[in-house]
Amino acid sequence: MAPRKSASVSSRKSAAKPAKKDFNGGTFAEFSKEEDLNAYREMLLIRRFEEKAGQLYGMGFIGGFCHLYIGQEAVVVGMQAALKEGDQVITGYRDHGHMLACGMSARGVMAELTGRRGGLSKGKGGSMHMFSKEKHFYGGHGIVGAQVSLGTGLAFANRYRGNDNVSVAYFGDGAANQGQVYESFNMAQLWKLPVIYVIENNRYAMGTAVSRASAQTDFSQRGVSFNIPGFQVDGMDVRAVKAAADEAVAHCRAGKGPIILEMLTYRYRGHSMSDPAKYRSKDEVQKMRSEHDPIEQVKARLMEKGWASEDELKQIDKEVRDIVADSADFAQADPEPDASELYTDILL
Amino acid sequence: MARMTMIEAVRSAMDVSMERDDNVVVFGEDVGYFGGVFRCTQGLQAKYGKTRCFDTPISESGIVGTAIGMAAYGLKPCVEIQFADYMYPAYDQITQEAARIRYRSNGDFTCPIVLRMPTGGGIFGGQTHSQSPEALFTHVCGLKVVVPSNPYDAKGLLIASIEDPDPVMFLEPKRLYNGPFDGHHDRPVIPWSKHDLGEVPEGHYTIPIGKAEVRRRGSAVTVVAYGTMVHVALAAAEETGIDAEVIDLRSLLPLDLDTIVKSVEKTGRCVVVHEATLTSGFGGEVAALVQEHCFYHLEAPVVRVAGWDTPYPHAQEWDYFPGPARVGRALVEVMEA
Repeated sequence: MAPRKSASVSSRKSAAKPAKKDFNGGTFAEFSKEEDLNAYREMLLIRRFEEKAGQLYGMGFIGGFCHLYIGQEAVVVGMQAALKEGDQVITGYRDHGHMLACGMSARGVMAELTGRRGGLSKGKGGSMHMFSKEKHFYGGHGIVGAQVSLGTGLAFANRYRGNDNVSVAYFGDGAANQGQVYESFNMAQLWKLPVIYVIENNRYAMGTAVSRASAQTDFSQRGVSFNIPGFQVDGMDVRAVKAAADEAVAHCRAGKGPIILEMLTYRYRGHSMSDPAKYRSKDEVQKMRSEHDPIEQVKARLMEKGWASEDELKQIDKEVRDIVADSADFAQADPEPDASELYTDILL
Repeated sequence: MARMTMIEAVRSAMDVSMERDDNVVVFGEDVGYFGGVFRCTQGLQAKYGKTRCFDTPISESGIVGTAIGMAAYGLKPCVEIQFADYMYPAYDQITQEAARIRYRSNGDFTCPIVLRMPTGGGIFGGQTHSQSPEALFTHVCGLKVVVPSNPYDAKGLLIASIEDPDPVMFLEPKRLYNGPFDGHHDRPVIPWSKHDLGEVPEGHYTIPIGKAEVRRRGSAVTVVAYGTMVHVALAAAEETGIDAEVIDLRSLLPLDLDTIVKSVEKTGRCVVVHEATLTSGFGGEVAALVQEHCFYHLEAPVVRVAGWDTPYPHAQEWDYFPGPARVGRALVEVMEA
């Protein structure tokens, strides 16, 4: 396959970054038909799921906090495609996409959002707080940045056990300013832990633009003082994400220690359901949607190459919508947890 | 006088303080351009500029540490911690630096900071956006801890806190921002604009830290509460028909013990109510003080009504929340004891 140049999703000027030269050179291989179709289906599932969650929130079935992943789908789908059984995933509060990409059931996630007993945390955790041992998903954390140290500990456990699994710790551009992130970086490199720090830079920490809160806005360089290599990746292109993930995983499995991947991405919706997103222009959002949408990119490729017809794509869409509709029905019909659950799972 | 929500009252307190004293600076996560997650600082950056009202990175420990350094050199930082649940990374700075600068420096340096933080549940925030950590502050000597229950108090207490020479933890019950929520989650909350305590002077005034307020005079039982639970207690008194005297502590440290003792000596019964978990909660401190000071006046054991000793649940929020039914049952219980 002919290598492709990564399209930049960032309008910022790129400074000279010598560290990046040895990292797939900004080029990556085309996806096969199967890879593109899989990525399309996976990303679409997240998108439709989140759209439905937004609807259910509007209808009052979901209370409290609900942070949608719409726009960022290529990041988790591309990362997940590079992982193998036993690799761990941990993330912050914008976690629905990560769980679906890990293969956790749409019913379990949606029922947790509505606070029902069939939810992954029996309804007691809510949108930001759920886990799956079976899928090696370690949460779902509501405290910004707190999961980064935990992800480092997961990597320590891998190394201690002598397996070749890696841990993927996702966090955002906002969380990247928490002190404990750097304490983790130091330990991870000191002990050569197999952890991939994925910084999902969607440009806004809630309502605060990256430039208003960060002295170094190139997050891939945040590990420099610890000698942790870091790379910026077009997080809107699932192929670029997958290629970067492959190299990062290989780096970690080879015992070379941690690595940082900064995913340049974008969330279309507000920070949470109560955020009208007045801190950015409609044009900015529209430009990202029309020029860089991760799903539309794959769709266009599939059509262009004749790998899928309009009808076949519609069929995929229907299958995805059925899964999502089923999860929404379940999440509304399932009963709330019994009062006896109030005191369970606190201590043995 | 103007009608204000608790959000507007808090904002007005910062506005008045910034106007009067150039040393007052307001900052925190999303505080400047965005105006704060609950809009408490909206407009302040536009009015006072980016050097006096500004955004910080998401770095609670760094934010509070920096504020302490600023305060030691004479500034008066009024910091917003976005949710009280986010203060834990800063707990080291709060307890070991802010609370001890005066003591450690023989009084040469002080730490006049205010940490404002939305506290409590009732908005389906789950375990990381609903906590009430006040007892973690009252256990630390060298801090003051304030919890207002209405817009009028919020403004007067916040101005007093900003002017105070020592560190003040200012916990704003987020469920009260828009109205006096009494625990009846299935009914609409009346807005502050229709409540007497939503009437707030536009200018400068203070309410002394350490003075409780009796919200309802009564003779049968004393209910000690603060924040959201003041309104829950008032509702419970009305609904049970028990002639309770409801005390709004307003500040936990320093504590207005006189007001509590006088009331319990009169009623002979005491119920303490808070939303935070029961064990080692502030209610334990109040109950201990009441038995020490009012033992021979007590007709019944002091009863605590609090959140259960569980994380704040998402789905079972209203089973956790000590609403008027639970407070009412406690009132009946102490009357029958």
